[in-house]
Amino acid sequence: MVHTGIGNFGHLLIIISFITSLMAAYGYFKATNNNEIGNSPWIKFGRVLFVIHGLSIIGVVATLFSMIFNNYFEYHYVWSHASKNLPNHFIIASFWEGQEGSFLLWLFWNALLGFVIVKTNKKWEAPVMTVFAVVQAFLASMILGVVFGDLKIGSSPFLLLRDVISDPVFLINPDFVPKDGTGLNPLLQNYWMVIHPPMTFLGFACTLIPFSYCIAGLWTGQYKEWVRPALPWTIFGAMILGTAIIMGGYWAYETLNFGGYWNWDPVENAVYVPWLIMVASIHTMITFKKSATALKTSIVLVITVFILILYSTFLTRSGILGNASVHSFTDLGLSGQLLIYLLFFLAASIFFAARVWKNIPSSEKEASTYSREFWIFIGALTLCLMAFQVIIPTSFPVFNKIIEMFGGLSTLAQPADQIEFYSKWQLWFAVAIALLSGTGQFFFWKKMDKEKLVSALTFPVLISLLLSAAIFVIAKVTDPTYILILVAGMYSVVANGKILFELLKSRSYTLIGGSIAHMGIAMMLIGIMFSEGYSKTISVNTLLISKEWTEEQNQTNIPLFLNEPTFMERFQITYKNELMQVNGIPGYVRKSNLEDTEDPYYKVAKQQLKVENTVYAETGDTVYVQSPENFYYQVDYKDMENGKEFTLYPRIQVNPQMGDVLSPDIKKLAGRDIYSYVSVKPYLEKDIEWGEKEEIEVKVGERFFVNDYVADFSGLERIEDVSYANLGPDDVAVRANITVFAESGEKYIAQPIFIIQNGQVGKQPDVIKEIASKITIESINPDTGSVTLGLNTTQKDFIIIKAIEKPHINVLWIGTLVMIAGFIIATRRRYIEFVKMRDKGVE
Amino acid sequence: MIAIAIAIIISTQSNASSYVSFGEAKEMANNGSNKKIHVVGELKKNEMGQVVDVYPSDNKLTVSFVMVDDNNVEQTVFYNEPMPSDFLRSEKVVVIGGYQNDRFVADKILLKCPSKYEETAL
Repeated sequence: MVHTGIGNFGHLLIIISFITSLMAAYGYFKATNNNEIGNSPWIKFGRVLFVIHGLSIIGVVATLFSMIFNNYFEYHYVWSHASKNLPNHFIIASFWEGQEGSFLLWLFWNALLGFVIVKTNKKWEAPVMTVFAVVQAFLASMILGVVFGDLKIGSSPFLLLRDVISDPVFLINPDFVPKDGTGLNPLLQNYWMVIHPPMTFLGFACTLIPFSYCIAGLWTGQYKEWVRPALPWTIFGAMILGTAIIMGGYWAYETLNFGGYWNWDPVENAVYVPWLIMVASIHTMITFKKSATALKTSIVLVITVFILILYSTFLTRSGILGNASVHSFTDLGLSGQLLIYLLFFLAASIFFAARVWKNIPSSEKEASTYSREFWIFIGALTLCLMAFQVIIPTSFPVFNKIIEMFGGLSTLAQPADQIEFYSKWQLWFAVAIALLSGTGQFFFWKKMDKEKLVSALTFPVLISLLLSAAIFVIAKVTDPTYILILVAGMYSVVANGKILFELLKSRSYTLIGGSIAHMGIAMMLIGIMFSEGYSKTISVNTLLISKEWTEEQNQTNIPLFLNEPTFMERFQITYKNELMQVNGIPGYVRKSNLEDTEDPYYKVAKQQLKVENTVYAETGDTVYVQSPENFYYQVDYKDMENGKEFTLYPRIQVNPQMGDVLSPDIKKLAGRDIYSYVSVKPYLEKDIEWGEKEEIEVKVGERFFVNDYVADFSGLERIEDVSYANLGPDDVAVRANITVFAESGEKYIAQPIFIIQNGQVGKQPDVIKEIASKITIESINPDTGSVTLGLNTTQKDFIIIKAIEKPHINVLWIGTLVMIAGFIIATRRRYIEFVKMRDKGVE
Repeated sequence: MIAIAIAIIISTQSNASSYVSFGEAKEMANNGSNKKIHVVGELKKNEMGQVVDVYPSDNKLTVSFVMVDDNNVEQTVFYNEPMPSDFLRSEKVVVIGGYQNDRFVADKILLKCPSKYEETAL
């Protein structure tokens, strides 16, 4: 049945949310122009409409969720992003897999933050919410799905499948509903897909708050006052966006096998750049609060952050990145609308700033080298340069397009080796940041002159040099660049640590955010230097795997034959099993113990499935496999130096939408990660080349050899149905039950099938990869009470793995957590400041 | 500060790669340039719209294929890695690499897949 009602309801709510956002904007605009505060009529009008707007957005979200949960596959969005076999948390994730859903997520966060602003502000409500409501109107227009003649405004998530896809099936039966959706891309079926997008869009939403305060300040002539309420939100936003960026990096590292945590892909850059500027703006705003300088810079930076977020939205969603990125969204034909959105806010910001620019107070005095303003300003400048260096090549597709528009031809492309190109610049900037953040802190807390500076710096410089020297020796760092990074990083940790210690000693607990965040950043720098600079392939191999591979490929991949221990660095490693995950059974189940059925999600147990004395399924039971596209390869590691053992389960996902995805498994050891993955997909059963067939005759209960393993034929069994043939009343299917005894007490069950259908003989062999054998029933001999089996063997099962050592990568992740903690402490401090002033009636 | 900004721009310019056709790439290689370039195109298809002339090596560890650039020039491309995910379903292919002794060797392949985020057919 096609449920048209719910879709129309959802669409209606979108239209309501669009109209109410415009009306709210108008109401708040009027209120601002009349200088209203409190509960005046226009403010009330704006507030009520914004609340209706927010509630309708929540209603849209709830409607789309319920459609996804109830499997309404007659809707295009539901059909293309959800499916029946998704567990609940991935059903949630399928909500924001598509463009429309992610716009909704953004609208949702903006609406919630809008509510918070309405609740926590007195004086600022009207102008700030005007900006909010206008932004919401633009965003809502993206999912409006209204068509005027040839003009299409927005793309609604409530379109019926039959209206989007022209397929003959709809001519025959317009009420056709697909049985299942195409589902969330298996690659994205990962817990990071549940948490990373909401975090990112919350970060995006947070950039709207400082922007709105800034515009409100410029608009109402409160050129200075906007900084106080904007600052805690800027720090909070930088914390959220920073966390989201790192989460994306960790996701890439852990699952996607992009080769690292950061790839300098345009989509990644598009979020990194605004984050850098956001951090720079925090610093100039703090300077302004301390000493009334850098106000103009703060205004420019805060506006730039928001514009950059719009720009990154334009880049990733308009299709302009086209050939430049591996993971941008598909083009929904919204590029014009996105461009208008971007240009509108760019023009409006310039208008508001330019109109009053000469009235904005600026400090005339030259900042001396010994002033904190000077140091913070240099730091902010460095952050801006970092952003500039990344945004230029990322914008190549835009430059090309603009030149094309004027009839020219431009073919600029991203540097062929992106990672090297970006890293070489960003590295030096990062060193500068570390040095500045170490030194700047001293200026921040005390008045400095030459002598005081020398005495303040002597201790941290000496300590950091000593520590670095110790690390050089222990970790054998010899590359001069890396030595410099290490020293700079250590210096920042020690210098900020000293400040932290002094603040703690004087019980100024609320003020420690900055020094903690700086220490975190410096630790991240050190972690990145070690894990990237000293990343080392440990799967070193002297065998020739393939003539077609380069020498480097042959030398860095190790073939592992089943159950044959191999040495790799200080480990003895053994490939033990090809596994799958079965719902309700902890850990993994050996693939050869599961027999396929017609439905890929259901398999039959070929022998009892037992984990640690608990039986989860008996022979012949059907089990549910939620992700039949995932295969795991158990590799046991034994450290030959200390005898410690661990097991890694790298994964291969046979993904119908994206081909094969090789995911690593990572062992965190003290001081390093062992990052290992199956680098080449093992042969599928159909691709195996078999040796010549050997025929043997065996009786029930007789023992024989299969590929040198002892096997036991326990008898024939008549079976009622087989998955690949419809048996008639006169047809017969029998199965031979054969147990093969392999190394270390392992048992494998082979069940070849013999069918007589319409007088024709059919043979269904059984393949057991673990013993590299295929067993076929060739004939059944009733006169001698035996069967003739055909045995083929092949090369022993093997996988090819690559293992990389990433030293001290944990320093990066710990540094991240430290940085986030610092941001949180700083947010709290600045928010308390705002609340105090507000309650005094100042704001 | 301005000096650094200028240095960034110069470095960006000298490191930037470019989108070219196979013809231009060949010319560049003949002129002694070994700069890595981007070529945009599609996999070769027969009249039925099926992809043809993709040859994974016997052990599936490398692949060579025929690519047609935007000027309809065909070129065999060698890629020393297993065939990338979703290769045969790609709508567009971008190869990054260059000519080495008259063979076009790709270091990297980017794919644009119609199905990556949106389904377009039942």
